[in-house]
Amino acid sequence: MSRAEAAPAGATAVPASAAARRWGLSLLISEVTTTFRRWRTLALLGVLAAVPVLIGIAVKIETGDDGAHGGGGPAFISQVTNNGLFLVFTSLAATLPFFLPMAIGVIAGDSVAGEAGSGTLRYLLVAPAGRTRLLFAKYATTMAFCFAATLVVAVSALAVGALLFPLGEVTLISGTTIGFGEGLLRALAIAVVVALSLVGVAALGLFVSTLTNSGVAAMATTVGLLITVQILDQFPQLSAIQPYLFPHYWLSFADLLRDPVLWDQVLRNLGLQALYAAVFGSAAWARFTAKDITV
Amino acid sequence: MARIQPTPGTDGATGPDGDGTGTGRRRKAVRYAVPVAVAGVAAATIGITSAFAGTGDPDLPRISAQDLIAKMAQSDTQRMSGTVKISTDLGLPSLPSGASFGADGKDGKGGKGGGHDGGKGGAAPSPESKLTELLSGTHTLRVAADGPDKQRLSLVERAAEYSVIRNGDQLWAYDSASNTVYHSEAPKAPAEGKGGKAGQDMPKGLGAASPQELSKKVLAAADESTSITVDGTAKVAGRDAYQLVIKPKQGESTVGSVRIAVDAKSGVPLKFTLAAKSGGKAVVDAGFTKVDFGKPSAGTFAFTPPKGAKVTEADEKAVGAGRDHKNDHKSGLPEALGLPGVGGDASVAPEVTGEGWASIARFSAGKDAGTAVTGKAKSGAKGGEKNAADAGALLDSFGTKVSGGFGSGRVFSTKIVNALVTDDGKVYVGAVDKDALVKAANAAK
Repeated sequence: MSRAEAAPAGATAVPASAAARRWGLSLLISEVTTTFRRWRTLALLGVLAAVPVLIGIAVKIETGDDGAHGGGGPAFISQVTNNGLFLVFTSLAATLPFFLPMAIGVIAGDSVAGEAGSGTLRYLLVAPAGRTRLLFAKYATTMAFCFAATLVVAVSALAVGALLFPLGEVTLISGTTIGFGEGLLRALAIAVVVALSLVGVAALGLFVSTLTNSGVAAMATTVGLLITVQILDQFPQLSAIQPYLFPHYWLSFADLLRDPVLWDQVLRNLGLQALYAAVFGSAAWARFTAKDITV
Repeated sequence: MARIQPTPGTDGATGPDGDGTGTGRRRKAVRYAVPVAVAGVAAATIGITSAFAGTGDPDLPRISAQDLIAKMAQSDTQRMSGTVKISTDLGLPSLPSGASFGADGKDGKGGKGGGHDGGKGGAAPSPESKLTELLSGTHTLRVAADGPDKQRLSLVERAAEYSVIRNGDQLWAYDSASNTVYHSEAPKAPAEGKGGKAGQDMPKGLGAASPQELSKKVLAAADESTSITVDGTAKVAGRDAYQLVIKPKQGESTVGSVRIAVDAKSGVPLKFTLAAKSGGKAVVDAGFTKVDFGKPSAGTFAFTPPKGAKVTEADEKAVGAGRDHKNDHKSGLPEALGLPGVGGDASVAPEVTGEGWASIARFSAGKDAGTAVTGKAKSGAKGGEKNAADAGALLDSFGTKVSGGFGSGRVFSTKIVNALVTDDGKVYVGAVDKDALVKAANAAK
């Protein structure tokens, strides 16, 4: 919590502050349940769960007659037929550039602007929790969705992979072989890294969401920004600024599949996401706590 | 509708003076200072760390160039592992992709590099062919060695890796992007027989890119035409190192200098930088970013082809690679650096004129090559003439016409290697400037 908020709250009365904190927790719980009960959220998760199914079936049909594969398509796809666990990595590599951040953009963009648009924001603000707390609850909810979305992709991919393809020892991309259990652990670590890769876009979406009262506008802006940045990341002429674009190191999660693990880019990715979260999170706070809520 | 303003008590923002007054607006503005400050601090941190990254040369006892070279020669480091970053900028003209060596895996981050798509029938590219990918852009390599017969070298690609693993007489290459394996039985005793230093017995091809191998070849090529000095110290991969500077004395050489950072403790070359006389970015810059002289774990060198991977057994390729290496000492630097197209593919073994850095390889590419290159086909067939003319026009865009006592021809330039192709099909190649090539051609006439 910010000092700006804690100081006056502590000055008035201790019980009030404790009550507010309790209220903050229940606010978070109610935010999470409302978000995850929405049909929109469930539909997004459903689409994300369908992606590994599609990839799995496509790979199964395509390589049914001939095992040879040129190496095109998403990362790791050539290993999927031999080890279903690789479907997890392929699915995450396929969804990370657009599907996952787009879903995050929808949830984050809607978080504040959607409430403002439907006129429910003012009722949330009537409660004594304060705006900072509400913003934190909104951001935490978006983060929860990041993890849920990534897990949905990973678990769905693992299930499809286990159904359609053999499982077993995993050959890492460096050529060394590890057991299936360690492979699962690495898959879990990758899912966590992928979820954390979305922290930056979530903060960006939250900031955009505080700028407008239209949920649709906020979602469209966030997704539009995402696409713009992804395109900027493709031009070799812009290589000077690319290390500071939030999607630049996204695919570095594959470095966890090397032996020994190559941490450089993974850590750089997490640092960059933290930076985006700090900058746009505080920008969202500055905007939201100073904003007049008219509807 | 009533406006809801931030609650004064809990948000501590606007205060009782409310909307529109000066204080309220100023306080709002102050809030925006927070994200600006966060971004500023981050930018400053990035700026400061990158500005200070290169400074802080370590304080080491003085050492003469002779002693440093002796130290390198005595170095018996058998075990090491680390990460090597290699950047190459040969100053090649940009050719249509596929027309030139290495033009496809251009930047290393362009996704799957051209090297993997179709055409190759899913066969793993052999280590030698993979070397050409290193010829442009920046690449990351990981190396590990444990004694003379256990080595491993991986080319780190985006979400994929190309690994060459040598364990005893088994040589494996694994390309994770296409899930293909290349296998050959390497001779137990390496043909070069230069001793047992780490990294030198690396599989041919990719191994040539490690700082040790590059340094060794340059020192082997050094003779009276070379000045070798020690120029201060540097920190490479967190280790203290001496800087050995090698400069050609001959004025016609295109090589500006070669810098080798030698680890002060172990005598292992940690960084190799080749700069062209014309200046600009280093032509080759290969150095460790991380290095560890401990024993790599045994599993590092174990390889079993994964289930379902396509295994290609080595055939005559190994013989070809052997031949390439025989030419090494004959023709000086260009081949020493493993630059392709400098003689390995010539139909006739090249003749070498000149000495040391200024040596020029001369070979005959055949009449046809000469006419094709110069676009002066005199054959009767009209179609052929037109094609040759087209080719000539294309070549004109990156070759410069020269003429002299030898007749006329075209000079093709890169930052280091220049080649003169005469109209009668003779080729002169060397790490020398244009005038030296013309002189050599005139002398041969």
